[in-house]
Formats: sequence, C-alpha cells, structure tokens
Amino acid sequence: MNVTKKSKNGQGGLGGGLDAVRDRWAVAPGWQRWIVYVLLIIGALLLPHESIGSFMAPSGSDWPTMLSDQIGIYVLLALGLNVVVGLAGLLDLGYVAFYAVGGYTIGIFGTKYGWSFWELLVLAILLSALSGVILGGPTLRLRGDYLAIVTLGFGEIVRQVARNSDYVNGPRGIQGIPRPPDLSEFEIFGVQPFTYGFLDARPYYYLLVLFIVLTIIFVKRLESSRVGRSWAAIREDEDAAELMGVPTFRFKLAAFAIGAAIGGSGGVVFAAKQTSINPENFVFLVSALILASVVLGGSGNMPGVMLGAFLLAWLPERLRVSEDFRMLLFGAALVVMMAFRPEGLWPSRQRKAELAEGTGGMGSMGAEVAGPGTSGPGSSGHAAPTEVKK
Amino acid sequence: MFDDFIQSFWPYTIDGLALGAIYALVALGYTMVYGVLRLINFAHAEIWMVGTFVALGTVQLLGVSSVGGIALIGLVAVMALAAAVVSGGAAMLLEVSAYRPLRKKGASRLAALISAIGASIFLQQLFATVVVPVVFGKSEAQGKLPVNEHFVERTNVIDIGPIVISNDKLIVFLGAVLMMVALDQFVNRTKLGRGIRATAQDPQAAVLMGVNIDRVVSATFLVGGAMAGVAAALYFVRFEQAWYFAGFLLGIKAFTAAVLGGIGNIRGALVGGFALGLFEMYGSSIFGSEWRDVVAFSVLILVLMFRPTGILGESLQQARA
Repeated sequence: MNVTKKSKNGQGGLGGGLDAVRDRWAVAPGWQRWIVYVLLIIGALLLPHESIGSFMAPSGSDWPTMLSDQIGIYVLLALGLNVVVGLAGLLDLGYVAFYAVGGYTIGIFGTKYGWSFWELLVLAILLSALSGVILGGPTLRLRGDYLAIVTLGFGEIVRQVARNSDYVNGPRGIQGIPRPPDLSEFEIFGVQPFTYGFLDARPYYYLLVLFIVLTIIFVKRLESSRVGRSWAAIREDEDAAELMGVPTFRFKLAAFAIGAAIGGSGGVVFAAKQTSINPENFVFLVSALILASVVLGGSGNMPGVMLGAFLLAWLPERLRVSEDFRMLLFGAALVVMMAFRPEGLWPSRQRKAELAEGTGGMGSMGAEVAGPGTSGPGSSGHAAPTEVKK
Repeated sequence: MFDDFIQSFWPYTIDGLALGAIYALVALGYTMVYGVLRLINFAHAEIWMVGTFVALGTVQLLGVSSVGGIALIGLVAVMALAAAVVSGGAAMLLEVSAYRPLRKKGASRLAALISAIGASIFLQQLFATVVVPVVFGKSEAQGKLPVNEHFVERTNVIDIGPIVISNDKLIVFLGAVLMMVALDQFVNRTKLGRGIRATAQDPQAAVLMGVNIDRVVSATFLVGGAMAGVAAALYFVRFEQAWYFAGFLLGIKAFTAAVLGGIGNIRGALVGGFALGLFEMYGSSIFGSEWRDVVAFSVLILVLMFRPTGILGESLQQARA
C-alpha cells in the first residue's frame, strides 16, 4: 500500500500543489470563499478584453466570438454532461442530441410561431428535458456500454431526422432565428452587455456566463442533496444502491433529464447567436469532444470539467497556426494527455476512489496486468491511495 | 411504400447480406477487443479505413482495370492480404501506443475511450492531410474527398428466377464467411485462441494460469485489425471507394451490429452484422434510402429494450452485473 501511495504522489508537482490548495479550501471560512467566487466572476467578465485576446487568439480570429461560440458553449455543455457521466455514472455518447433539441426548438417556434427568446428558452429547456426522459425511459435499464451505443444511436437519429425532414428544411437548416431582445441600452466600458446585436459577441458571452453560474449553483446544490448522494450510490454500485432502497431508475432518469435540460439551454444560446442552424452543427464529434472535456478535466469535478472544456474548445483554435494540421495535432494531444493523466487534469479526490471501486459501466479496463500500483479490475489496487488518505 | 419492398425483396435481401457480411467482419474486431479489454475501441473504424486505402493502393499499383472472373478472385485475395497485414499492424501499433500505457496505469475505461476517440481523429486527419495528398498524389482539397477507382467488371454469376447475384456480391459474401469460419476455428482450436477466451473470462485467473496477457491483447488487436483489413478489401470491391471519413458511419454501424448480437460474443457479431445489413436494406426499401441509418439505430434501440444483452447475449464473458 505504501508503494502505491508513493507512486501516486510521485506523479507530478501539480497533484501535490493542488492537494495543498484543496486542504486550505476545505477549512476556509465562508467570507474567504465568497471573495474567491466574486473574483472568479469578475475574472470571467473581464475575459473578453483585448489584452487577453491578443494572447489567446493571436491568429486574428475574434476572441469574444471564440468565447461565446466555442468556449462558453462547451463549458455549459460539459457541465450538463458532467451531471450524466460524472455524477450519475451513465455513459452518454449522444449528448449532442439534446443540444440539437434545444437549437431546433428555438428554430421552429421562433421562426414559425414567432415566440420570443425568453419564452423559447423555457420551452426549449422543458422539451429537451422531456427528450431526455423519452430516451431514458426505455433505455436506462441497460447497463454501461449498451447505454453508450443506444445514446450514440439516438444522437444520430435526431440528426438524421432533422436532415430528412422538409419541415425544418432538411440539410439547409433553419435561418432567421430571433436574437434575444435588447434588455437595455446600458453601456459600461464601451460594452453594451444587454444589447444583442450582430457584431458584438460579448453580450452573448455574458449571457452564457450567467447560464454557467446558474448551472454551477444548481448542480452544486443537487450534488450535496439527497439526489447527489443517490447518484454517488448509483455510480458506485447500482445493485447495492437498489438494495439499500435508492430508486435507481428514477434518479438515473432525473440525471438524464437535468443533463438534457442544460444541453438544451446551450442549444438555445447557440441558435440565437448564430441565427441559423443546420444538422451539421450537431454531429457526433461534438458529443465526443464534450465527453472528452468531462473526462480530460476530471469527471465529476466541476472546476476540472470547466478547465477541460476550456482547453478542448480553445486548443484547436490556438493550434490554427498550422491550419491543415490542427485537428491532427488535436487528436494526438488527446491521446498523449490521457496517457499522462488518465484520471483527468483536475480530478476530485472523492470521485477517484468511487470510480476505481465501482463499475456503473465505467470501471477499469479488463485484462489489467498485475504490477506495482495496479491490479485487476474491481480489486483494491487503484483504490488503495484513497483509503490511505481517508 | 410496401410495393417496392415486395417487388424487390430478393435484390434487397442479397444487398443486405453483402452489406451485413462487411458489418459482421468489422464487428468482430469490436467484439473481440471488448471481450478482452471491456473497451469500445472507437479507432477500430479507422483501422478499417486504413485498409480501404491499402486496397486502393494495391489496385493502383497493379494497374488493373475492368477485372472479372477468376482474375477478380485473385485480385481480391491479394488486396485482402495486403489490407489485412497493414490494418493488423496498425491495430497492434494503436494498442501499444495508445491503450497499453493506460492499461499499465490502471486507468478507467472512460479514459481509454477518450484516448480511442483521440486516436480516431488523429488517423482520419492523417489520411486526409498527409497520406492521400502524398501517397496518392492528390491535392490537399482532394484529400478530403472520396477517392473512386473503377476496376471491377460486374457480371451476374447466379441467376435463378428472382435471385440474381453479381460476382462482386458473391465474393464479398463468401470471403466474409470464409474469414468468419477461420476466426471461429482460431479462437476455439488454437492455444492463443484459448488464451483470448481465458482472458475474456477472468484476466486475473488467466495470468495465474500462465497466460501472457500482453501477448493475448496484442494478438486480439492483430486479429481484429486483420479482419477489418479483409472487410476493407471486400468493401472496396463492392463500392470501389476509399474515403478518410467513411470509417465513422461504418464503424458505428459495425459496433451497433456487435451490440445487436451481444457484445463480446463472436457468433453474436455475425448474427448482428447480417441482421443489421438486412434491416437496413429492408428499411430503406420501405421508408426510402435516406432513412436507412435511422432504421438501423431504431432497430438497435428496440432490440435492446426487449433483449438487453443483444440477440445471442454475452457469452465470451458472463454478463456484467
């Protein structure tokens, strides 16, 4: 056991430094935490500034547009998928479907029935949650990888139906989606944060920041409630949870619906910003990248997931230095990063223990060769360091 | 709607079987890797894609055009051999470079899945931006397009009433069945095959019994990759096209076939592959060909609702609790 502990701590300075910060954070009084929260929000609001943009987006692409179209959306979607994958432990490979349901809801009801943005937002959230229930109802009894392929299939079904239906203009998609109405002409530091025009991407970014903050609060409260404890029990050991009286099916369905609702809200902002959508916005690659954000950041840990989403949305843009090879480099980077930190860049300590012990469709790989630091699936090797820490 | 289906029942059945044979061969790779490692090897589709380009290269290298009869069988054999060697090698390389480091660290299966997706993107882009422009002498814009090469002279070899089978479909079907029988014999009769089955059942017990797990895993990837290579050669004979992005849809279809039959179960992959091929062709005859993917995935969801572990169930290992 000591051997495993040493090898774990020897993995790099980042893990050790992070632990010290975490220990401080765990005992920090409330006012200190609030200061950090406020600073983080101020930081998020200042992020679109040109001086940051000149480093982050040097190749000429507009930094605020990148923040709103790529990074903000990815962070929001990753937080939503984190509920399904990270908290409830259900592998969803078709998350893009809910994003598409949100986008197409605003597309259809905005252009054909003339609803306004805020009405559409509520409707889209409800409809995408409903689509989560419709998908989850019959399929959540499946375990692990069966669920994965069914969700993947569902994602493709949604995209293909959108492509084949004349009602939503097939492959051409929907144009003329309403933007959010201007809330006020209020101007600060040369930005009108509540005026949703064509040129300035910053108001959309601020809207996303608002959504992200609300999502974080909502999910954080859920996580430390009875629902969150049930999710933890389910992803650790579904059978045991069921035997202990957790209505597993109902909570899995709730995770699906909540994740779907968050994804749907992302789709609404995306469609309202672009004012047009087509089926090719909702390909499997989006699902894969968002899942990669969750896992790369540290499945189940919200700051980590946000970091992962930020990196995955930003890196391909930053790598534009070599236009043709950016996705090539990106694929290689994904493999290399997973090889170096398979537990994610910023994993939560509690989750590491649970994931290693339980399955929930996501235990360790089979055919592990027993050696220092590892042993077969389901046994104590990987869980040992956390036992020591407890 | 149904008139078309009833009138052209036999052509659709034959097309479905030829398509299903290709799905089944690719599905074997998914199912074997899943059986041994419990890993969805997303990059397997790209291993298949590599095979289609090897088949294309073989045809261009031999400089043949309009091949039929016995010569076509010989050509397919050469293409299949070349594609199997390259694809099998690529699959082994993939295992060593992308999955083995994760396995040694005892990473979660989710991490391996992301690694697989990364490898998949890498291979796709490698072919689109480097291999096709450099090796096949296309411009960079052409690298993103499908490459067509017409070389098969199609004749109807079987013509019994409504049943008309062309030579390419017959070769695809027979070639696939031959490979499946060979694989079944390999897994059930040879020592290495026994090692694969043992590892699938219980890796730890297998290690204790003296099975070299690293070798078993490598062999699994090699055999699965070789099957994908043969499938690629057969696909190339049937559709005469190679495209860097073609692996995506074929890959998820093949994985669907594996799940449909019962993942981890080699015979299940065959049943699933043929069933999926038939459902797809029947579905497109009834609803129109633009709905065939929707039909395929809907069938999957329906089957799994009533048989949660696929048609034949998981048999390489016991169903996971």
